[in-house]
This record gives sequence, C-alpha cells and structure tokens, in this order.
Amino acid sequence: MDPALNIVIVDENPVRAAILADGLREAGYTRVTRIEETTSLLARIYSLDPDVIVIDLENPSRDVLAQMFQVSRVVKRPIAMFVDQSDAAAIEAAVDAGVSAYIVDGLKKERIKGILDLCISRFNAFARLSNELERAQNALSERKVIDRAKGILMKVKNVSEADAYAMLRKTAMNENKKIADVAQSVVTAAELLK
Amino acid sequence: MSGDSLRIGFIPLADAAALIVAADRGFAAKEGLSLDLVREVSWSNVRDKLNIGLFDAAHLLAPVAIASSLGIGHIKMPLLVPFVLGANGNAITVSPALYSALALAADGGDVSDPRVSARALARVVTERRKRGADPLTFGMTFPFSCHNYLLRFWMAAGGVDPDEDIRLVVLPPPYMVDSLSSRQVDGFCVGAPWNSVAVELGIGHILHFGTDIFAQAPEKVLAVRAAWSANREDVLKRLVSALEQAAAFINDPRNLDEVVALLAAPARIGVSAELLERTLKGRLRVAPGETFRGDPDYILIGRNGSARPDPSDAAWLYAQMVRWQQAPWSPDLLSAAKACFRADIYEASRVVSAGSSSVAAQHFRAFTGPNFDPGDIPGYLAALQTTSKSRL
Repeated sequence: MDPALNIVIVDENPVRAAILADGLREAGYTRVTRIEETTSLLARIYSLDPDVIVIDLENPSRDVLAQMFQVSRVVKRPIAMFVDQSDAAAIEAAVDAGVSAYIVDGLKKERIKGILDLCISRFNAFARLSNELERAQNALSERKVIDRAKGILMKVKNVSEADAYAMLRKTAMNENKKIADVAQSVVTAAELLK
Repeated sequence: MSGDSLRIGFIPLADAAALIVAADRGFAAKEGLSLDLVREVSWSNVRDKLNIGLFDAAHLLAPVAIASSLGIGHIKMPLLVPFVLGANGNAITVSPALYSALALAADGGDVSDPRVSARALARVVTERRKRGADPLTFGMTFPFSCHNYLLRFWMAAGGVDPDEDIRLVVLPPPYMVDSLSSRQVDGFCVGAPWNSVAVELGIGHILHFGTDIFAQAPEKVLAVRAAWSANREDVLKRLVSALEQAAAFINDPRNLDEVVALLAAPARIGVSAELLERTLKGRLRVAPGETFRGDPDYILIGRNGSARPDPSDAAWLYAQMVRWQQAPWSPDLLSAAKACFRADIYEASRVVSAGSSSVAAQHFRAFTGPNFDPGDIPGYLAALQTTSKSRL
C-alpha cells in the first residue's frame, strides 16, 4: 500500500465513483480525485497528473485515454495499461467487473495491485447492489399489478380477495406463466373493455 | 455445434450494417450461424473484449486490427481480417467560424477542393500564430483510425504539421457535436451520422467527404483472433458468405426501406431512419439550409470490391502509422501487417468463390501526393515528405 499514489477515478456514475473513492480512502490512499464531467477530460487528467487512472467501461471517454499512449508533445508522462500480456486473469476480472485501469509507465505493479483488486471488488459489489435494487423494484411493480388485478376480479366476479388471488394463481399454473403476467393480462383486458 | 454461435461486438455506426443485416435478415442462419451482436460504447472495449475472448469476432477500426497484431499502442494480439465491413463513410466538419476563415483565406478559391482548403488552412494557422491565438483543435475518434489519417493527410498536404501546428484530440463520436458547439474543437473528422447532426443543428459545415481525400480507404473490418480462427476456417468462410450476401442485399436499392428499418432499431444503430437512408445513399446536407451534396461512394458496404481484405490495404494503413510515428518502419512489421488481411479466406468462401464479387478496388488514390506502392513504402513516405515541404 502506498498512500502517496495520486489516483483519479473517471466514472459518470456518481454513486459508484463515491463508493470506490471511499474504499480507496479507507484503504489508506489519501490522494483520490473523482472526475464525473467528461468534457476536457484529457486536460483535467494532465493537470491532476495522476499515477493511476481508473475508468468504468461504460464510459465512451475510455477511447480518449488511448491518446495518452501516443508519443506526443502534450504528454507529460507516458501512461500504460495496468495489465499486460502476462495478466490475462487480471484483465478478465477487470473487464468482467466493468472497470479498467491505467498507470504511469514504470510504476511497479506490486505497488498498485491492491488498488485494482479493490476497484474490481467495489465495482462487483455495486453491480450486485444495482441488481438487487432492480429486482426489488420489479417485485414492487409486480405486486402493484397483482393488487390491481385482484381488485378488478373482486369487483367483476364479486369474490373475496383470497379467492381473486387463488384464481390468478390457478390460471398462472395452468398456463405455465408468472402470476404477475396473468395479472398484467387481466389489467390490460380491463382497460380494453372499459 | 457450439462453434456455430458467435458473439460479435459492434459500435452503433452505419458501417456495422452488413453484420446487422446478416444477423437480423436470416443470412447468417442460412449459413448455419447464430450471431449474438453486442453493442459497445468504445473501441477500447471492443478491442479488449475481443482480445480476452469475450467476443468471437468484432466490428473494428481497420487500423486497430493492424496495431493489435503488431502490438503497437497496446497489448499484442494477432488478429486476422476475413472481411472489410465498410470503406469510406467519413467527413470533415468545421465550425461556421473556421469555414468563413478558410473561405476568406482561400482568396476566391473554392474550398470544396481539398488542395485549396489545405492551403487555406495553412494560412489560417500562420495568421493565428502571428496574433498569438491558440492553435486550432480538431477532434477524431481514435489514434488508430482513418479519421486521424484523413485529417493528417489533408493538413500535411497544405504544409500544416498536425503535431506542431494543430491540436488533434480523441473524442467519442457522441461528444463531437457538443464539443463543436461549445467551441472546444474547431472541426472534426468522424463517421455518420455525426457530421449530419452538426449540420442539422446549424453549428457545422461539412467541408469534405472522406472520399475527397482518399478515393477508397478501408474503414471498419471484421476481426477475429488468429489463434481462435486456427481450427475454425469453415465457420469463418460461412460468416464471410453471410456478410457478402448481407452486403449484396444492402446494395439493392429495392431493399433500402427494409435495411434502414433493421439498422434504425434501438438495439442496433438506434438513430433515425431518415439519417441512415441519407448516409447509405451518400446524400448529405453539408451546410445549414437546403445545401445537399451527393457522392455514390460516400460509404461503401461491400461495393466496388471494398469487402475484400487486400494485403496491400493493410500495407497502406501500416504506412500511415509509420508516417505519423505510431509505428517504426520495418519489413517484418510490414509482413505482419499484410498477413492480417486474409483475402484468401474471403475468396475461399462459398458465395465469393461462386463469383458474386465485383470489380477490383481503386485503392489509395489520394487527392495529391505520390502514388502508393505497397512494395516501396520508404519511397512513398519520402515522396510524401517532399510534397509536404514544397506545399501544394
């Protein structure tokens, strides 16, 4: 671990960038800067002069960083991809997690191995959280549809709530569908028949 | 057979058309292939995911396929190209302010002539330097791209040094237009539809079609890892057959509406059908108002023999890399570059060998400078240097 390393995070997702920055600071890295705005990205990076750049793979600006590999008069310090041929596993783990890292050429890998590992685990954790959130939201909207369908059935068929739910469940089982899908059909049909 | 399902990365651009039509109009299925097209946001991602095997094949900038094979600018990964997905398709767009400055500096000359516009650019550059203004800034999409080489060739022809006199910056295509309107760049070279978008918004003039600079340049290729292809030549040939049929379908004017609808789908290119139609027809609005310009070769999807990966195309691209100091000159690197473009696989595919392939391409004809000779790259580069120094 090397607290003096100057780390820049380029991520348009402010929540994920914050999670990563916190993680790095907790691990003892004190010089962490987030760039969320991607206009003049290269100029900002040059002015910050980082040792390590972390960028999310959903960011089209990743191609901008390709310019830093070019021999050109504007480049202060040559930048290299963190991983090289010998690190197929590290590249795969990073790409799977949706993150890529670049380092100043010549920086010893051992010094920043921990940073990449931390990025990968935080990105993965963020993806899990997002998935869970999405599932929770789906579940919520499914429950709303089912409630509406139950209401329609109770009114039209003049049955109790438990019976309405049983009807939905029975139909779903017979047709090999999800209850929410059957409920959606009921709601759609009711809209059409209004 | 598991080898018959292919995962292919692409960037949503008009020259992904043959892949999209092959996948969505049944040409791949006819060849016993199932194509899973995965939309990506950056060339770096496409390249990396191809390298590590997440993709079996990819829609790639032609120079990236060569740079990857030579290990230039990034990790070395030998790739091979059995099909050229698109040639041309680019344009140079400048801000209204720069357009006026060029027209003024052209001194009555016609700036739609690249010889005139390049000279005018040199005068604008000199004049700005004299009054201490910042150098002009131009955007392009990737260091290893024909956009970069088009801009540089044009600038150098007027005596402008693109590394000393101009700032050339990489910008993702979706950000090009914003950067022009916020005056962070004075011009850019990019593919469809971004030039048209700038013109529609009234913030850009299309100064040149790419074809004004190079009559026919390989733009995007289908690339696979050389190691992956080793025991899959049959799959590759069937993929080439599917792409060749898709390209023929695209080029039949009767199919235009259907093709444009397939390409415009949100999961594919996802831009308006009207813009795509104009792109494929090569008829673009070049200035605000009703100023249109047409060029049947504006973009080539397999026409004019452009799908054939000619090793001399690879040599020409390698020569551009050497010219701009991206790659050192060596006969070995030249051989390695040429070996990526596999005309033999293309020609051995069922459909191509059956004779549907068309005329030989008009390779490398530029608006000025020496003729390109793949057998004498040092001579070509030396002659270019002389013409640049003596200006036009």
